[in-house]
Amino acid sequence: MDFAFSEDDLMIKETAREFAEKRLIPNALHYDEEDGIPQELVEEISGLGYLGIMLPEKYGGLGLSTVSFCGALEEICAACAGVGILLSVQNSLCNEIIYKFGSDYLKEKYLPQMAEGMIGSYCITEPNAGTDVSGITTQAVNNGDSYLINGAKAFVTNGGFAGIFIVFAVTDPTLGNKGISCFAVEAKTPGISIGAKENKCGMRASDTREISFIDVKVPKENLIGERGAGFKTALTILNSGRIGVSFQSIGIARAALEEAIKYSKERKQFKQPIANFQAIQFKIAEMATQIDAGRLLAYRAAKMKDEGKPIVREASMSKLFCSQMANRVASEAVQIHGGYGYMKEYPVERYFRDARVTELYEGTTEAQKLTIARDLLKD
Amino acid sequence: MFLQNKYHEYREKVRAFAVEQIAPFAAELDEKQIFMGRHLKALAKNGFLGMVVPEEYGGTPVDTICYSIAVEELSRVCGSTGITIAAHNSLGLFPIYKFGTEEQRKKYLPRAAQDGELIAFGLTEPEAGSDAGATKTTAALKGDHWEMNGTKRFITSASHAFACIATARTSDEPGVKAISSFILEKRWQGYDIGKKENKMGLRGSDTAFLHFTDLKIPRENQLGKLGEGFKQFMITLDGGRISIAAMALGLAQGALDCALEYSVKRQQFGKPISEFQAIQWLLADMATEVQAARYMVYGAAAKKDAGIPFSQDSAMAKLYAGEVGTRTASRAIQVLGGVGCYIGKYPAERIWRDAKLCEIGEGTSEIQRLVIARELIKSVQ
Repeated sequence: MDFAFSEDDLMIKETAREFAEKRLIPNALHYDEEDGIPQELVEEISGLGYLGIMLPEKYGGLGLSTVSFCGALEEICAACAGVGILLSVQNSLCNEIIYKFGSDYLKEKYLPQMAEGMIGSYCITEPNAGTDVSGITTQAVNNGDSYLINGAKAFVTNGGFAGIFIVFAVTDPTLGNKGISCFAVEAKTPGISIGAKENKCGMRASDTREISFIDVKVPKENLIGERGAGFKTALTILNSGRIGVSFQSIGIARAALEEAIKYSKERKQFKQPIANFQAIQFKIAEMATQIDAGRLLAYRAAKMKDEGKPIVREASMSKLFCSQMANRVASEAVQIHGGYGYMKEYPVERYFRDARVTELYEGTTEAQKLTIARDLLKD
Repeated sequence: MFLQNKYHEYREKVRAFAVEQIAPFAAELDEKQIFMGRHLKALAKNGFLGMVVPEEYGGTPVDTICYSIAVEELSRVCGSTGITIAAHNSLGLFPIYKFGTEEQRKKYLPRAAQDGELIAFGLTEPEAGSDAGATKTTAALKGDHWEMNGTKRFITSASHAFACIATARTSDEPGVKAISSFILEKRWQGYDIGKKENKMGLRGSDTAFLHFTDLKIPRENQLGKLGEGFKQFMITLDGGRISIAAMALGLAQGALDCALEYSVKRQQFGKPISEFQAIQWLLADMATEVQAARYMVYGAAAKKDAGIPFSQDSAMAKLYAGEVGTRTASRAIQVLGGVGCYIGKYPAERIWRDAKLCEIGEGTSEIQRLVIARELIKSVQ
């Protein structure tokens, strides 16, 4: 496989790094403590074109590849992973599902708006349906030229300021997985209520809500893909989401390693920088090796996606490894900092908390293993 | 477990107290970063503030296994309470009882053990963490008193303790033999409580700087012999490690309890998730490691009570239980899935943040490995 980066790849990564250093790093602790980001930042991100990175130019996007996007995502997440999720959900899930499965009408109607700043939110998980996606109970009932949606969704990223919700609901209760459909639901539609912001251990810059739908009327043309194809669509899109989470993990881990290296060279104990001790050197060696291994797995999946190849196994392997890797690396970075690593004034404290959820969302570690094993064991 | 009945009875008693009086406030203390001070009176009344000193000094003495059980059970429901009690007993009371004069014992111990007032331990400095011998704080003899200058950091209960044991260099000679220790009182001029730390976890416990500026210390407040400060705190930390190991053990048990309870209630794919092997394996590994940690903690405690050298045992217990604490809590979050990351809904998330400290405080895991390796190498030389 050819891993050479294109000029576009390198350029967008560099731009993202500059933006991250200037705008995110100085504020990341504040976003974490204050539990969110200001609207101006969302506008700024939108101004850079980051809300439609992979969309073709005809829809107002930057028309870049997954590989390009992932380079930028790593940079953003190394500075503030909570902001990274916003980009990940927007690009990998919401834009992607409309672009890949939506009708021309939906693409023309929504994609330009999304590329210009309308935030998307992906509503699939429910309080009682997490890993078991097929257990969702939100219903969409045929109502002449529209559907009526009723139900509640949990863990909805960007929920508080989304302009559009991608909602999975049951249209044919007797058909199981094949009875699930997907809809584009405008946030201003009557009957949608947005729950209070969830208080989380990490990724606090990101907005997470419960969203409920009571008799929400959605025009029939807002069905994304075929009726009953929602489950299959969700699984396909999750593959690209998993590449996104991989790069979130890589960003966090890389930042943790950089901080640990910096600290270990500055911090003197026993009359020398602690970087002189094998105990610290070996940790750093292990961390860096794991990050590189993760990055290679993740770029393999990203590249294959760009080439249009099936990536079920590769995306899951990448997400499985990278999320666990990020947790290990962040934990070691805290150890290297000793007591300081436990204090909020050192960013490794935040990386440790931010990394945790990467093993949970877009399929838990356990769900990745299921996916990988199924793929390996199928006939 | 192999313990005699009296230990089971003791655990029942502590658990009832912890569940009834401490647990209901644990989430709020963490979320609002409120010091656990509201519990001090009840903790004192139940003897938890004087577990390592005899009755004649106001204590409610228990052996080290009971002490470990107490810290474990308190930590199982509230890590912040656990660490405050562990630091107070092992690092505050113990050195005064062990190295202090009769006068010092009578003056400080009853106030601490009975009245619900805390004693802190000032060893770590901004530039002296793992390398505790690098203490920069100085104390100079000025006629009838000592004068102390310096800064201590990461001091548990610093803002609330009425007294603090602190180490300082008492001569210019390099090395650890110039380090001595003193009992300081909060009310003295030149004893200033500094910035309170904003921590990842244990947010109901108090951690702050202490600054000493021309602090006058009466000569009778020197603790033990001059130049023996380093030796004293090495002995103190040997015992302290058992209590941090017990704390980590309690946190791990709390996480396991939370995960187990959730796993039998949570339904996915039409059945409780506890029926899936993936979850069963997680639970089995958690329980096995918690049990191994428990044996190590009580084993080190039993050796201490029997008067057998236990440095290596306490370091091993602290190393292992500390890592088990974080790992078990992390696995518990995994069993809970996404909801595991929400603050205040289930305790696993709080326990996870609390537990990480057990890999750091009273000697990082790296320092424990150093201690263990030194003991091992010494044994064949």
